[in-house]
Amino acid sequence: MTAQPVRFYQVGSFAVGNRLLPDDDRTVQSDPTRSNSLDSGHRACQGCGEALGARYAIDAAMRASQGQLVAVNATGCLEVFSTPYPETSWRIPWLHSVFGNAPAVATGVAAAMKVKGRSDVRVIGQAGDGGTVDIGFGCLSGMFERNDDVLFICYDNEAYMNTGVQRSGATPPAARTATTEAVGPEPGNTFGQGKDLPRLAMAHDIPYVATATVADLRDLEAKVERAMGQRGARYLHILVPCPLGWGSAPGDTIKVARLAKETGLFPVFEAENGTVTTVSPIRHRTPVEAYLSIQRRYAHLFGENPRPDIVARIQAIADRNIATYGLLVDDESDNHDPKDPEGVTA
Amino acid sequence: MLRQIEGSRAVAETVAHCRPEVVCAYPISPQTHIIEAVGAMVKAGTLSPCEFVNVESEFAAMSVAIGASAAGARSYTATSSQGLLFMIEAVYNAAGLGLPIVMTLANRAIGAPINIWNDHSDAMAVRDSGWVQLFAETNQEAADLHVQAFRLAEELSVPVMVCMDGFILTHAFEGLDVPEQSDVDAFLPPYEPRQVLDPDDPVSIGAMVGPEAFEEVRYLAHLRQLDALARIPTLAAEFSEAFGRQSGGLVSPYRTEDAETIVVALGSVLGTIKDAVDVRRDAGDRVGVVGITSFRPFPRDAVREALSGARRIVVVEKAFSIGFGGVLSTDVAMATHDADCSLRTVVAGLGGRAITRRSLEELLAAASRDELDTLTFLDLDHGIIERERARMTATRRSGPSAENILRDLGTVASRIG
Repeated sequence: MTAQPVRFYQVGSFAVGNRLLPDDDRTVQSDPTRSNSLDSGHRACQGCGEALGARYAIDAAMRASQGQLVAVNATGCLEVFSTPYPETSWRIPWLHSVFGNAPAVATGVAAAMKVKGRSDVRVIGQAGDGGTVDIGFGCLSGMFERNDDVLFICYDNEAYMNTGVQRSGATPPAARTATTEAVGPEPGNTFGQGKDLPRLAMAHDIPYVATATVADLRDLEAKVERAMGQRGARYLHILVPCPLGWGSAPGDTIKVARLAKETGLFPVFEAENGTVTTVSPIRHRTPVEAYLSIQRRYAHLFGENPRPDIVARIQAIADRNIATYGLLVDDESDNHDPKDPEGVTA
Repeated sequence: MLRQIEGSRAVAETVAHCRPEVVCAYPISPQTHIIEAVGAMVKAGTLSPCEFVNVESEFAAMSVAIGASAAGARSYTATSSQGLLFMIEAVYNAAGLGLPIVMTLANRAIGAPINIWNDHSDAMAVRDSGWVQLFAETNQEAADLHVQAFRLAEELSVPVMVCMDGFILTHAFEGLDVPEQSDVDAFLPPYEPRQVLDPDDPVSIGAMVGPEAFEEVRYLAHLRQLDALARIPTLAAEFSEAFGRQSGGLVSPYRTEDAETIVVALGSVLGTIKDAVDVRRDAGDRVGVVGITSFRPFPRDAVREALSGARRIVVVEKAFSIGFGGVLSTDVAMATHDADCSLRTVVAGLGGRAITRRSLEELLAAASRDELDTLTFLDLDHGIIERERARMTATRRSGPSAENILRDLGTVASRIG
């Protein structure tokens, strides 16, 4: 039998395969005793980024809380596909109230746990981008402002997917949705609009804010663990591609998420008490075309009547992100410290 | 022990004696004094353990209460008017989930035009939400109803709203007995939830239910209200036994024996109506009054029985369904549909307009002479209406009616007397 050479960079990124690591360094998800909090059998679409992100995030939170976890869910895809009557995929205590109130309901659960002397029970609120940046923002801002002991996770797929792909405050410019159709001289979503929730969260001076994508699940798990290690209001914003809404191949979910980061369109970083502390550097700087052209929501920018002018405007957004967050670094350390660009203290 | 005390303060102290574990607060007149007083007790440590959460909206207030209640904590909030409407999605949700939250509703009109004074439009707006709605006639009853409300809510896993008239009750000082801590403790056992968010026994609460079972879930909610209908009189009797006074129950008849004309109403106006009834009785009219304490569940049988001897029913309402007429009247009509009597609706006291004894006396006299229209608006100033209608006819751009009328009146005078 010939020996098979081990490729360290098996997935074309710097992600490390678990089998190459000692047990203690392996991911939560590779642990056979993981909680499977969002169990199999749910009704998410093939290639759903949100199902993947939620599975990793909640299992990591379960490990960090020694299984003492309650999740509050806003209305949306995650709620609908996980709990069609009379079934549920949740193996943790789970509460869904309405669309816009998940942060406040989570506050209520946390208040109850505190008053009952059960502060070992940790509380997570979760919603899609609509339930976070739009209809849920009032409650979310209130929860942040009071610094309630809740980790709120936004699974951002950049539109209202559950209702049929309508624009949200997190829909990027030029993207086609059912309410920003790819017609007229300025097809797709309008430039110059939209909410940057991680920055808004940071403006509340809460202890911990982080972004992540489902392309780097180890990073996602690590950020959940870091968030769970703290008390007070914490916010995790996870980019979760939606094959249905984005018009990407179900098998490309990880690739699309990785390109969002590698182009600079989705900066991956952590912030503590309102200040960015680490950024995940771009490994292979990639022009935005590579990201846009594999999603049908941007199909109107290519093909017979290409719109390089619009692509250039999107590239400008990526370039600005790269400059703002310092996403390009020479060295290849995992986390770049903007306060220590030379790596002197590392 | 009788004390001279503001209604809001009495309710706050009573609520504190019910040992709520999570209280969420958002200011809106006229419920603010209640929530301020509870907040002060938590801050001072006299109400402990209790988490007092200052939220950013009424929608958040009810949502925090939902989360806290689902996690097994006794939860309380208070609101009024626009605040109730702002939280209405969560109000329905709390009932749908069967969470025994208790809320004080300091009844106030709904804008526009914005108006902070009392009527019952807010309570009527959530009539069909699945909450039990109890109406207090006096501040003593308002305080007492809260003790019964927590017990009823938690026994049946149904949210309960205690409605008390804004300003008329909330801001009135009078002598009353605040239920004592030891008595409340004996009457109200600790909250034992039927469903709870517990990591050691995980359940999913709030799952999606389609056509295959939605009607059944709704029907169960209806059954819970019917259970409440049976439980409310028993609780009132137990309360009377324990506290030595009558509060609560389904209906409260006054001088209805041999009455030909019976007035039906909700809340504090019952006191004025009783005074008017006394005057008319002295004048020889056979009149009485039935107060409805439990508006939801609506006690059809008790109402029919209380009105059984009447030839005329006059429903005095502080709200109405625009484009139709009475709200309470419709329920009373349903309860008495097979009785041989007439039913008249009188809309009164909207936006805080005083309902005077003199107006009620005239009303009762007119009713006894069978001179009341099907729908009457008490003390409506027809001159104002006619002049504004004329302005609207004269020019297309007649402007906002509320401002026109204020300019017309020249003063924002109270209409007492």
